[in-house]
Parts: sequence; structure tokens; C-alpha cells
Amino acid sequence: MTDEAEVTLEELRHLLSERALTGETVLLNMGPQHPSTHGVLRLLLELDGESVISCIPDIGFLHTGIEKNMEAKTYVKAEVMTDRMDYLNTVGNNLVYCLAMEKLAELDVPPRAQAIRVILTELQRIASHLVWLGTHALDLAAMSTFLYCFREREMILDVLEMCSGQRMMGTYFRPGGLWRDVPAEFEQAVRQILRVFPARVDQYEALLTKNPIFMDRTRNIGVINGKDAVRWGLTGPTLRGSGVNYDVRKAAPYSGYEQYEFDVPVGTGGDVYDRYIMRMAEMRESLKIVRQALDKLPTGAFRSNNRKFVPPPRAELSTSMEAVIHHFKLWTEGFLMPKGYVYLPVESPRGELGCYLESDGGPKPHRVHFRTPSFVHLQALPLLSKGHLVADLVAIIGSVDIVLGDADR
Amino acid sequence: MSNHLEMVVEAAAKRFGAQPAPSKGQQWLIVKPERLVALVAALRDEFEFDFLSSLTASDYYPEDHPRFHVVYQLYSNHHNVRVGLRVPISGPKGAEMPIVASLEGLYPVANWHERELFDMFGIRFDGNSDMRRILMPYDWEGHPLRKDYPLGYEEPQFTFNFDDIQVRKHSGRYEEA
Amino acid sequence: MGIEQRLDGAPGVIVTSLEGAVNWGRTYAMWPMLFGLACCAIEMMAAQASNYDMSRFGMELMRPSPRQSDLMIVAGRVTRKMAPVLRRLYDQMPDPKWVVAMGDCASCGGVFNNYAIVQGVDEIVPVDVYVAGCPPRPEALIHGILTLHEKVRGEKLKNWA
Repeated sequence: MTDEAEVTLEELRHLLSERALTGETVLLNMGPQHPSTHGVLRLLLELDGESVISCIPDIGFLHTGIEKNMEAKTYVKAEVMTDRMDYLNTVGNNLVYCLAMEKLAELDVPPRAQAIRVILTELQRIASHLVWLGTHALDLAAMSTFLYCFREREMILDVLEMCSGQRMMGTYFRPGGLWRDVPAEFEQAVRQILRVFPARVDQYEALLTKNPIFMDRTRNIGVINGKDAVRWGLTGPTLRGSGVNYDVRKAAPYSGYEQYEFDVPVGTGGDVYDRYIMRMAEMRESLKIVRQALDKLPTGAFRSNNRKFVPPPRAELSTSMEAVIHHFKLWTEGFLMPKGYVYLPVESPRGELGCYLESDGGPKPHRVHFRTPSFVHLQALPLLSKGHLVADLVAIIGSVDIVLGDADR
Repeated sequence: MSNHLEMVVEAAAKRFGAQPAPSKGQQWLIVKPERLVALVAALRDEFEFDFLSSLTASDYYPEDHPRFHVVYQLYSNHHNVRVGLRVPISGPKGAEMPIVASLEGLYPVANWHERELFDMFGIRFDGNSDMRRILMPYDWEGHPLRKDYPLGYEEPQFTFNFDDIQVRKHSGRYEEA
Repeated sequence: MGIEQRLDGAPGVIVTSLEGAVNWGRTYAMWPMLFGLACCAIEMMAAQASNYDMSRFGMELMRPSPRQSDLMIVAGRVTRKMAPVLRRLYDQMPDPKWVVAMGDCASCGGVFNNYAIVQGVDEIVPVDVYVAGCPPRPEALIHGILTLHEKVRGEKLKNWA
């Protein structure tokens, strides 16, 4: 019927215990299509009754070849593909790629563009945490939270649509600033979100934080201590739940984050409940940042003036010959990036998202690699789930907040 | 450059023969493959670089020496410094694949990163406990991110070349059962 | 279709053709299979949520099991590794079944024209409705579903076997 390749038990011997080979434990496939795996993740579970002895994640079911495809397109055209990697943090992906391009090209970004970038990135962080909360709660059978979270998310998606024209894959950030300035209704819409949102976060906390069923299902599940978390490369709220204070926005501030005052919540226990508390606190901190950025929003240009990289405004094309020549060069060949390499990390809602960009002096990237947090976190899943029940495994996968587009690229 | 980073670069150059190659304000070191594990062990134990942020590679086909640069990024949370390492290795000779020492013993997170490099570039990591393909299907042939591997681009079907392309498409592999 | 009323005014008997009745039943209780692969899955979830409610159209819930669903909404890009799995799930669905290719990647490969992505899920399964967009808005998905409903309502007895 179908010619699938199969892996034999022999090849997986080193990842399973000896009891699997004798048949004492059951090998169960938690397949790519499953309601609780948050995407196409395949887990091969070795079960002794209901408890998980070992779990082998099998990824690659969403491997899109984005990195190779970006090498075949010019820099700006390739940015479109970055949206589709971590599809819950589309703005953040654009941000990391633009920052890497700007660092490599030594391109300046005007303060207004930086502030708007911060506002949209933090709103996107809230939207991503809302989807996380909705699906995590849904897996733990709290279905109403899912509906509430998506209701709020619509407000944020309206703001993104207002700026870029698209709810999710906006590609609004461009090298040197933004694609176009924010419309007049932007400030009012964001202020509406700031007004309405804190009460909504209180609603979610009222539903879940002190809920005995939720606490029973998440306390002391998936515990990892700080040292192990660092060795296994965890970052973001997953790491901070275990007590290690590492946030790229504080460690290596980008896009003007050093101007804003915000706290980084750090937990102590390292279990699923702590990671939940981290993300709820992060939503509130993001609101703080958005409020500060909106209050201080500078006026001025929204894009750099460096015509070698940034196209001129269309109005200039009718009066200036250089503008026409620059426009022509940028639209036909694309800008030539100076030779070099750079690695730039940012803080995505999942953890440290890094972009390694290498240029050979041409108009297309020589090598782009995205260090994505979900890829790294999935590696730690066997460690987190050892000895727990299958039902707890669902809670653990939800708490690690993986997005398979991020993991497989 | 902070003091810590200066000490690191000096120690790396003197004791392990690494060449500093700073780029755009970031610190990078070019390390020979034989000295890699010793250098990284020293960075982790003496200089407190506890995070291995990223492990990737870059292909310089058609150049053969070096063909690949394996790129590492290390981060120290305590001192808040980053350093990047580049290990130049030469290309495959016939059926033999290029080999680099694995960092899995030092940083368990390196396991999957190295599997991904094996899958995408064909670089074997000596000492990795699980050298299998990770992103492509198990029976895939070839290493997609190498520069001599084609993109696999499907040409648009117009009327004049419709039948030619239809024959070559993948439909037909998955027929009605 | 005709309605005959009783003498006291209550609706008595509804007369219709077998095709009409069966197609009406199929349309108004079509349960999609939870097959969200990538970004389109998020818009599918948004279409299921309260702002753009899909349960108004009969899709109250999504069944994860293919044995219990009629409609497969392929939401997202299908890689070559995932393709045999997709085919197997399609084969496991009982008849009558329909397929909606949601989004550009499922319709034609979308933005990704490379070694890893199947260029259109119609290389693998027969598709009834294609919904364009990257990702399509929830309203676009609902429009696609309603188009499918119209198609189902037009199905004939002789095509059922």
C-alpha cells in the first residue's frame, strides 16, 4: 500500500531499556497525528503499564527545508520564509532575521522603528502565550480557557493586521526598520488592549492557578533542576522555572530593550506548575513593556535612510534619478551584503531564538541557520518524562511549549 | 571586550592554538579539529561557559580545503559573554565522510545538533551516541544542505511542458490502495 | 421537498427525496478530523473558537480519530516524511469522506518549492475543495466549508457506491 521506511528495534536498541527487547514493556507509538502533541511530533514510548520508561521523540515531519530555500532567494525575499518557522511567533522570527541582517550590514534603525518593533514583539509574545495557555489547558481538560484565550488573541491579531495587512504572516519588519508606518488607529487599538487585558489575565488565573485539579496534574510533574536544564540547553520560561535567570532581553538587549523597565520572573521548583506561573507572569510583564514603549513612542522616520539597503519612498521616484537607480538595483538584484558572519540571539516566547547568518558578499545568503528553542527542548523530553504516566506526558509536552515548525524548520 | 573574554581569547590562542577572528563586534576563534574537545572542556570547566547555544555548519563547495566550517556558539551566563568557534574540516573523500569529535560528553544538548548536521551535511561526529538521521525520512539518500545537492525545485507546469512534468511528479507513488 | 401540515397546525410529514435527506444529514453533521500540521492549524483553531464559530455549521467538535470523522481538513504543509502517514489516515477514514486542502501549502506547495514539501496534497489524496491563503482567514475557511456543503448537497444517488 504505502512504501514507508521502517526502523527496526535493533537500530533503537541504545535508546530503550533491555526490557523492551524481551517484550516485558510495551512499545507504543504516539503518532504524528495526535490531539495533544501540539503538532506533528511522533513519540515512541516504552511503557510499563501506564508509566513511561523511556520516550524517543521522532521529529522531521514538518521539515520544510527553509534554510536551504532561503539560500536560493535574495535577503528580503527570504524573510517571507522566516514567518513560517515558528508560526506562533511570526513577528519574533522576522525580528531575529532583520536584526542579524542589520548587524551584518551595519545598518542603523531609527528609534521609532525600534519602539514599534518592541511593541509588536511583546504583543506577539502575549498572543503566543495565549495559544500556549489555551492548548495546554485544553489538554488538561479545561476547555473554556481555550475559548477565552482565542477571544483575546483576536484583539492582538487585529492590531497586527492593521499594521501589516495579514493576521499571522505579516513580514512587517524589514532590514532598516519597518515596511510602512503604523496607521492612525494603531495607538488607540493598543491602548484598548492595555485597558482590557489585565482583567482577562486575572480571569485565567482565577480559573487555573488555585484549581485543585490543575494543581494535582501539574505539581511535581516534569521536574528538572537548574544545572541539568542548562546542560540540556533549555532556555526561556522552561529554564527560568528551574531557577536560572537568563533572559536574552536583559543579557544582550536589542532593539532598545534597555530603555524599558521590566522584571524577569524566575521560579524555584522546575515543574510544570512553575513553568505555567512563569508564562502568566511574563504576560503581565509584556503589558508593562508595551505601555512604556507606547508612552515613549518617538516620532520620526520608520526606516533607515541608507539607500543601498532600504528602498526610497515611492513619492521620490518621480523627482530623483538616484532614487530610481536605487529602487531598480534593490528590486532586480537585491542589496549586496558585506562578507562576514554573525550570530544573533533574541528572546522568543519559547526561549533563545538565534540566527546565524553568513554572507559571501552576494545578494543571497550563503548560510542561514536558526537555533530554535523547540528543537533543543524536545531533546530534553525523555529526561523530563521518565517515570511519569502517559497522562503526565501530555502535561509535560504542553508545559515545554513546543511548536513543531520551530523544531523542524 | 570584557576582561573575561580577553582572558579566554588569550588562553585559547596560547594553549590551544586557536586563531581569533572577530567579526562585527563578536568574538570568534578558528580552532583546529584536533584541539576542539580540549579547548571546549577548558572553556566549560575553567571559564564557566555553561551554555552551548548553537551548533551548525557552513558549506564552502566547490572549495575542498576546508569544505565545511563547523560553527559553535558558547555562552557564559555568569559573566554574560559569548564566544563562537569555527572548526574547518575538509570534504568527503569518496565514500568516507568528514569526521569531527563529538561534544556530547561535555554538553548533552549537542546530541541532536550533531544528528542534524549528519543529516543535512553528512558530517560524522565521533563519540555521538545516536548517529541517525533526524529531520529527513530514514531511507533518504543524500545530504540536503550541501551546496551540490539540488533544491528540488518543481518547475511550473504550463501547457507546453505539462505532460513532461506530470510524468516526473511524485504522484503515482501513493495510489489508491 | 414538501411539508404537509396536520389539521391542528402542527407540522406533520416532510416529504423529500432520499438524496436530499441523506445529503442534508451529511452536510449538517460533518465532523472534521483534527489534522492540523502547521500554521494553518492555528487559523483552523481560531475558526473553531468563539469569534468565528464553526459549530454553527455542524462542526461542533473535531475528532482526533480518523475512524470517527468524515472530513479531513489538511491544514498545513505536508512533507515527504509525513506523506505516507497522511495517506494511511485517509485510508482509515470510513466512506463517505471529503478532503479540504486548506492553505497554499496543501493546495500547491505554497511558498515552499523544494525537496522536502509535497507540492500539493492532491498528489496523495483526492481533494474536494481548495482554500487559498497563507494562512487563509477563518472566514475563508468557513467559505470553503460552505462550498463543500453545496457540493455535497449536489451529490447524486448513482455516485454513492
